[in-house]
Amino acid sequence: MTPRFDKLGVVIAAISAYAAFAAPFATFRANRIVPGQARSILEALPATTGTLLLAIIVAAALIALFKTPLVLRLAASVMALAALALLIGVAGTFLTPAGNTFARVSPASGFWILIFAFTLLLADVLTRLNLSPLARVGVLVVAALAIGLLLISGSWDNLSILKEYFNRADSFWAEGSKHVTLALGSLAAAVIVGLPLGILCHRVENLRAGVLNVLNIIQTIPSIALFGLLIAPLGWVAAHVPGAAALGIRGIGTAPAFVALFLYSLLPVVANTVVGLAGVPRAANDAARGMGMTDRQRLFGIEFPLAFPVILTGIRIVLVQNIGLATIAALIGGGGFGVFVFQGVGQTAMDLVLLGAVPTVALAFAAAIILDAVIEMTATKRRVETA
Amino acid sequence: MKAWLPSLLRLALVVLLVAFVTNPGWFEPLLKPLTENNAPVIYNQGSLLTLTLLHLRTVLIATVAATIVAVALAILVTRPAGAEFLPLSRSLVNIGQTFPPVAVLALAVPAVGFGEKPTLIALFLYGLLPIFENALTGLTTLPANVVEAARGAGMTGWQRLTKVELPLSAPIILGGIRLSVVISLATATIGSTVAAKTLGEVIIAGLLSNNLAFILQGGLIVAALAVLIYDGLSAIERYTARRMGREAE
Repeated sequence: MTPRFDKLGVVIAAISAYAAFAAPFATFRANRIVPGQARSILEALPATTGTLLLAIIVAAALIALFKTPLVLRLAASVMALAALALLIGVAGTFLTPAGNTFARVSPASGFWILIFAFTLLLADVLTRLNLSPLARVGVLVVAALAIGLLLISGSWDNLSILKEYFNRADSFWAEGSKHVTLALGSLAAAVIVGLPLGILCHRVENLRAGVLNVLNIIQTIPSIALFGLLIAPLGWVAAHVPGAAALGIRGIGTAPAFVALFLYSLLPVVANTVVGLAGVPRAANDAARGMGMTDRQRLFGIEFPLAFPVILTGIRIVLVQNIGLATIAALIGGGGFGVFVFQGVGQTAMDLVLLGAVPTVALAFAAAIILDAVIEMTATKRRVETA
Repeated sequence: MKAWLPSLLRLALVVLLVAFVTNPGWFEPLLKPLTENNAPVIYNQGSLLTLTLLHLRTVLIATVAATIVAVALAILVTRPAGAEFLPLSRSLVNIGQTFPPVAVLALAVPAVGFGEKPTLIALFLYGLLPIFENALTGLTTLPANVVEAARGAGMTGWQRLTKVELPLSAPIILGGIRLSVVISLATATIGSTVAAKTLGEVIIAGLLSNNLAFILQGGLIVAALAVLIYDGLSAIERYTARRMGREAE
């Protein structure tokens, strides 16, 4: 019997072969801003460990290359990713000369390509397994726990990104909580204002086009400009409205960032509320009216629950978008993970950029998976109930 | 609303935009109240016209590249040979959208250096997603009877693709391009944080020197460009949709 190739597996095997044998695994630098020297897997790890890692990668790539059972592919991808995650920490310790606090070891292109290749394999397996929403959140939790465990165990302590973290541990959590507060707070404000506005637009046809057009135009203003433009009016409010300054409203800082994110969030919330309400079947509404329900009862008992999955989709768009946009708040002194990104760009210190970028991407990614799962659950529940 | 009013407004916006980028001096009295301490009113470290053209060029290059790659990928995964990749490509598009543009931009710098290149990479990656998604929708929701008829008429796979499937999906693909261009126009301004020559330069100069007039002129030019291009592409989309007898989404 001739073995059959898996098409995606061919791609994965090819890029992982390149990454494992031709690309650098880690970069060593004498201090944080000088250009680095590349180290291959065998140079970056103790001899036996390096050979072991290569063996694991080759085995996993072979499993990906041929048509193999899904369970085997799942095991191969998890195994390869775990080995990579664990051993990049070992490389950090191995390459750092003892007692040297200036030397920096960071993952290099080969490591990232290998992570990409096996994440691709994992994503393919998970897609084919067609997991239930709860199971997907479960996978996310397990992955988060594994990463948390690696962080706590200290096995990554000698990697450059964590060295940047140790230098700024306090400000990292402060900026992180600012980032989350900005993203979630502006979302909450947008929901509080956007839902009634959407309902109003649904009921009053004359209002709909006007409101949606204005919100559409706000979306075209580049984020850095909108952040900047809000500095002046908020500065004025702080100076002239008694009590405003005490509430933390200031020209620069968190207030304009919050208002800008709120304005960007309104369109998806309002538009999806309108679309969701418009999609409520006429029969459902008629039946409710026939039963003698009042307008308010109809809204909360029938229309709103039926439109809920669509509205949630709008909220998902807003949350993911806000987590990304909140990085720009740093430009106007609004804090958030963007502080590290822009500091890093300014100092050409890429580890610092990563310290800001990695948590942002992780947050956005987790938010997308969790909300997607919630949307799917509410949508299927609805279908079961209406069936 | 009268039917001619939107066209008139659009025309006025075009005239205003062209007048502003070619002769910003005319508008100085309007913006003057926004500055303090005799700060310059009009951006003075480069011509607004050049920056606008460079901004548009960056967006154009990125969008053309993204369109070619995204449509080619969508065609690949909708052929029988590439069908295996379809579910995976969908989840990848979903994951890709969670990457914030600033992060992509900053992470591209070590690989390609400062300037226009990281911006092009970020715009390209960001532009891919909406176009790919729409091309996929277009190619997978073709009316089955039309495709069958094309097969029955003895068309080869290539002929079906170029003469039936792509023309029929054109309006939906154009919709994706429109979304991608509008996102790119705004995202390109962030490129100036890594020293790309775009209109973001004007806005950032305004942020750094606390000059509201700079922020406003940079922001308004980008917003006007976005509104006009969005309108123009919507019109082309409606035109092709009418020709194809398909409703644009």
